This record gives sequence, C-alpha cells and structure tokens, in this order.
Amino acid sequence: MNFNIFIDGCLVIGILTLACLCLATKNLFTAIVLFVSLGLLIAIAWVRLDAPDLAIAEAAIGAGLTGALLLATWRQMRERAHGNADTPNKSGGENVSSP
Amino acid sequence: MFQAPDFKNNSYENELPFATRVLCAIVIGALGFGLIAALILTENISSSLPAMVQQKLTQSGVQNPVTAVLLNFRSYDTLLEIGVLLTVAVAMLPNANFNSDINPDMPGGNRSSSHLVSVVNSAAGNPPLEAFLRWLIPMIIVMAGYMLWTGTALPGGAFQSGALLAGAGVLAQLSGRIQFCFTSTTAKLLLTISLITFVMVAIGVATTTGVVLQYPLELAAPLILLVESAATLSIAAILLLSYNTLATQVFESPSEHSTFEHSAFDNQPSDVTETSAPNETLQSQTAEDPKS
Repeated sequence: MNFNIFIDGCLVIGILTLACLCLATKNLFTAIVLFVSLGLLIAIAWVRLDAPDLAIAEAAIGAGLTGALLLATWRQMRERAHGNADTPNKSGGENVSSP
Repeated sequence: MFQAPDFKNNSYENELPFATRVLCAIVIGALGFGLIAALILTENISSSLPAMVQQKLTQSGVQNPVTAVLLNFRSYDTLLEIGVLLTVAVAMLPNANFNSDINPDMPGGNRSSSHLVSVVNSAAGNPPLEAFLRWLIPMIIVMAGYMLWTGTALPGGAFQSGALLAGAGVLAQLSGRIQFCFTSTTAKLLLTISLITFVMVAIGVATTTGVVLQYPLELAAPLILLVESAATLSIAAILLLSYNTLATQVFESPSEHSTFEHSAFDNQPSDVTETSAPNETLQSQTAEDPKS
C-alpha cells in the first residue's frame, strides 16, 4: 500500500515538474522533448488510474505521434529562420544532426 | 494558406511586461487553487452510468465497456469525431499553395505519383535503420491488427491501432526509401473509407431497426468490427498525412516567395549593428519582416 502511494506521489511530482519545465523553457527543442516525456508519464498515470485504453492512446498519440509532428514543425520553423536571415539562432538545434 | 510563425523563441521583446505577467500568474493561480478546492470539497458522487453500461453490455455485441460506449451506445459521437478527423485531413492535403520543391534532405513528399506508396532506390540509405525497420514494421502492423481485434474484449480499439499503423508509416518515411503520395486515389479512398462505412452502416441498420445507428442484436459484433477496421485505416492515413505534410512540404504562399530574398537581404545591415544595440535590432527586424 505504501509502495503504491510512493509510486503515485512520484508520478504526480514528476508530471507537475515536467509540465512546469516544459512551459518555462526558452528552448523549443527542449520543450518538445519535455512534452514527449510528460506524455509518457501521463500514460503511466492513466495506467495507475485503471484506464488502460487511455494509456495506450496517450502513449501512441500523445507521446509518439505528437512528438513526431512537433519535431517536424520545429524543423520547418528552424529552416525558415535560417533561410530568412542568416543569423545563428540559439534554438538548440545545433547539437542535433538532421536526419 | 498557412503562415509559419516567426521563429524568435529567444528574443525577449516578445515577452509581456512584468506587471502583466504577475497579474496573469495571480489570476491563473487563484483559478487553479479554486478548482482544486472545489474538487476536494465536492463529495464523491457515485454515478449510475457504469452500472447501466455493465447491465446492457450483453446487448452491445462486445465485451469491452469502453468499446461498447464508443461504438454502440454513443456511436453518434464517434461518427462526428471521424468527420472532424476527415476535415483535418482535407485541411492538410497538399494543394497548389504548397511549394512543389520538397525538402531535399527529407524525402517522402512525392506529389506526382499515382500510387500511395512508392519506393525510392536512389535515396541515400541508412543500413542499420533499414535493417531494423524490416523487422519492426511488420511487427507493428501485426500489433495494430491485434489491438484492433482485441478492442472488442480488452483495452484497445480503432484509435490505438490506427496510431500504431501511422507510427509505422512515419518510421518508413524516415528511412528515406519509401515515399507516400496523398493525392493518389488510394490515399483518398483510405482517408474517407471510415466515414463512408460508418454512414452506410448507420443508414443500413436504420432499415431493419428503424433507428439510425441502432444495431440489430445479432449483427452488432460484426458491424462494430467492420466500422472499427475502416476507422483504423482512416485514422492511420490521416495521422500519417499530417506528419507527411509537416515534414515534407514547404509552407509558403506564392506571394511570399518574391519577398523572401528581400527580407534576408534587408536584415544583413541590422546584423552588423547587433553588437551595439541588440534590443533595437530585434525590433527593427520585426518591423521589417513583411509577412509576420
């Protein structure tokens, strides 16, 4: 029983922390990665709440496909920013090699 | 059609004034704490709906209460949801406003092909990824089929298995060898098949039971499976289309293309002065930017 409360407490704290970090970060790439991790934690939270249907949907769509869509959009925006003005932006994309 | 937002995530001039931010924090904080307090103060209301669903579950044709609600008791909602998804797909379809030049290092935006899937042999391959995908994609497809089938009795269903299939498609496209063309006839059929099937089933059952979307008892299970299969295909196609459009098309309206090089040219002098007055430079950039 105590173990369950411990797991749930960790989940709540983790979700709140990730949500705050995701909103607070200035770096779009970091925000996307944090959003995907937030989706995974929320999927686990749905499992803990006995809603496996929602957990599967959240893991597949919230964490997987939304992440892919956001990264594709981020890539578009970055290319656009590079094309518009040759100013190096600090968007955090430099450490990631484009596929 | 679409205007990409300005990519200025690090510029501080986009931020609200300090007083506004504090005010926003106070209002949102008060709202949040009020909601939490209301949640704590409300007594636990035991709804009679789960019991009703359990009671009627034998008449629904499936054993999973979630599927029973989604596709039998409240199938009207699901029908409208599929309509909404189709609207999204129509909005995302490649059209004349898109620049026909696809991203050179992100293949997959072939618009002229008459087939949904085409294989590019000339693409620069990524052997480890391809070898891995050769095992992974069939497994994902089998898993999606299982999830669709098991949705009648266990957690799972059309949306989950559609998302899995779309994930397989995204992986296949990322490998670079496979291109999807969503203007082909097959793609259009896949995008619309769930709405067509659902509406036909809805009208078809009305001829026997007299009420739209009220399945006859003995046919409920196969009809739900039919609708779910069609919905899986459409959901997968729509999700993959969204990714395909975002990843491969260059969002530019034709009028913007002429001013594109202009703005890049105009910004050059302001970059030089950036060291002296960074704030002013950022402001002048926003003022100059013609399409923002």
